[in-house]
Amino acid sequence: MLEIKNLHARIVEEDKPILKGIDLVVPTGEVHAIMGPNGSGKSTLAYILAGRDDYEVTEGDILWNGESIVEMEPDERAAAGVFLAFQYPMEIPGVAGLTFLRTAVNAVRKKRDQDELTTPEFMKLVKQKAGELNIDIEMLKRPVNVGFSGGEKKRSEILQMSMLEPMLCVLDETDSGLDIDALKVVSDGVNALRSPERSMLVITHYQRLLNHIVPDKVHVLAHGKIQRSGGKELALELEKSGYAEFSEKAA
Amino acid sequence: MAAVESTIEQVKEIDVDKYKYGFETAIESVKAPKGLDEDTIRYISARKNEPAWMLEWRLDAFERWKTMSEPTWARVDYPKIDFQDLYYYSAPKNTDGPKSLDEVDPELLETYNKLGIPLKEQEVLAGVAGAKVAVDAVFDSVSVVTTFKDELKKAGVIFCSISEAIREHPELVQKYLGTVVPKSDNYYASLNSAVFSDGSFVYVPEGVRCPMELSTYFRINERETGQFERTLIIADKGAYVSYLEGCTAPMRDENQLHAAVVELIALDDAEIKYSTVQNWYPGDKDGKGGIYNFVTKRGDCRGANSKISWTQVETGSAITWKYPSCILRGDNSRGEFYSIAVSNGHQQIDSGTKMIHLGKNTSSRIVSKGIAAGFSENTYRGLVSAHRKAANARNFTQCDSLLIGNNCGAHTVPYIEAKTSTAHFEHEATTSKISDDKLFYCMQRGLSEEEAVTLIVNGFVRDVLQQLPMEFMAETQKLIGISLEGSVG
Repeated sequence: MLEIKNLHARIVEEDKPILKGIDLVVPTGEVHAIMGPNGSGKSTLAYILAGRDDYEVTEGDILWNGESIVEMEPDERAAAGVFLAFQYPMEIPGVAGLTFLRTAVNAVRKKRDQDELTTPEFMKLVKQKAGELNIDIEMLKRPVNVGFSGGEKKRSEILQMSMLEPMLCVLDETDSGLDIDALKVVSDGVNALRSPERSMLVITHYQRLLNHIVPDKVHVLAHGKIQRSGGKELALELEKSGYAEFSEKAA
Repeated sequence: MAAVESTIEQVKEIDVDKYKYGFETAIESVKAPKGLDEDTIRYISARKNEPAWMLEWRLDAFERWKTMSEPTWARVDYPKIDFQDLYYYSAPKNTDGPKSLDEVDPELLETYNKLGIPLKEQEVLAGVAGAKVAVDAVFDSVSVVTTFKDELKKAGVIFCSISEAIREHPELVQKYLGTVVPKSDNYYASLNSAVFSDGSFVYVPEGVRCPMELSTYFRINERETGQFERTLIIADKGAYVSYLEGCTAPMRDENQLHAAVVELIALDDAEIKYSTVQNWYPGDKDGKGGIYNFVTKRGDCRGANSKISWTQVETGSAITWKYPSCILRGDNSRGEFYSIAVSNGHQQIDSGTKMIHLGKNTSSRIVSKGIAAGFSENTYRGLVSAHRKAANARNFTQCDSLLIGNNCGAHTVPYIEAKTSTAHFEHEATTSKISDDKLFYCMQRGLSEEEAVTLIVNGFVRDVLQQLPMEFMAETQKLIGISLEGSVG
């Protein structure tokens, strides 16, 4: 279970507060969506959950299964089961996707006190997971994300998510830059990973993603705070009325 | 993949700022008196039982050296070297020439054992099954042993110390020595010509493909001693040889001088592949101590269709001044230069290559990857030139620099001269930083910061790593990981 309590955070370099008291609970097994206008702090929240050090938590706490993760390094959080699917995944020239994936899987396994996978074990697992997600592993022979289309990058993120077996999946605007077909493949992948043991936080600007990944709850984030929470119908309402309501509130 | 993991292992095992090869061997040595004059040269020559022509050659080089001055054009900064305050010859006692393994001082064998260099012929390099490598081990000023000599002899290959070659194969040495790097070539090459003490000699006869990798392992042990080795490799018509050079030195507060000369000669249709893994002591984290590495390496593609390929991995030395070059004299000859230069701490590297196109339809390729971390300065300096008769000369150059942190520098200084309008030269260069975004991305996937840096750097140098002999790829990946320890955070 993820519990965010009165979370305040700022960008370290600019000394600029972004999150101003977020309260949010995502129970185990549920999928929650966070929607909101540009600049509302959605991506910041995703980065802070994953531990990016450009941001500083100034007040409040983040509890993951009852324990604070605020002081943990990003790799420790990954080992604890936190996974962030990036809006803009990074290119790593010269490092084949398979090498990257295997290094990551074994790094995480080691930190979780599991045996590292041998090459045959690893290859078997990749083939199985890629098959389940309908992803061609030829893609993994190329350097990580180098020259990938938007759709390929997001598929690769979902495969990594599946391989690392996280318990909290944060998807940061996974729908950006995807056409309808790619959106479907990626959503199907995410849905395949839904499970009673896994929590998900889906961050998006548009309602259309939530047609494919149907959330248990929807929260509206604006001006650094959760302004409204509701069921999946809240997303449809926002689609009609836009975010105007929330900008007025601030003014 | 396994190599990446073992890199990570290696990085974890060793504390930051620990140079693995920094131990010293307690062994009695015989030294020439300190300083440099004609007598020093006569002493060295006499110790080696050299013929008169060799002594004369040395003395002539010394005369020329005295009229020269130290080059100052490189982007390196160091206090003036007092050439009279050095020992020019130091040999382990009772080791005046390579012998059979049984006679070698056990202390020396142990030293090489610690360095991971197998001198017993039944052994192979650690962790490499089935790879046979013949080794010439040079300790301070002399070659202590050369392995697999008999087996090589059967193939007609001569592999021995240069001192032995001067005595046993004077006709070959006289014919080729100084024909690629003349004794008046440059300040350090002239100094080397006067006082060189040992090094390796290889001759591969016509049509022979050398049956195993050859390698020389250089070790500086003695204090205040310069190492001046000389290597001469000749591949006769249609021959092929692959050669690897490795170097280490103990950790010391003082700076030590290393000025080597390497000459390669490839006749018609011959190919020489020369790889270097240079890991001299780089100095401590404050920039104290370390080797001054002033090296002249040059290959002559003397025959038609010949090929010379340099691959270097430079991770050590306080100062590196080194430009392995190719003279593309034969028609259709080809030169290659692949380089990984890693600098950390206060290291300064000024390295690159020269591709001199003289023959028709000659081609060359340069791929240089510089990685700067800490407070280091890393410069690529290169010359590509085409003579007016070098019709259709082609070159492709790629120079990439990677910066880690905010206190280091990367510089690229390419010179291009084409005297024929048919030359086709391409130059590409990039400079990038390991961004926080990339590090965060890798760490989010579970890699620690050091693991992430190692992975990204290994990706950056991959094109060049692939040029190294298989046996040394994994080793090199480890070395790069170690060199960059403590470069982040």
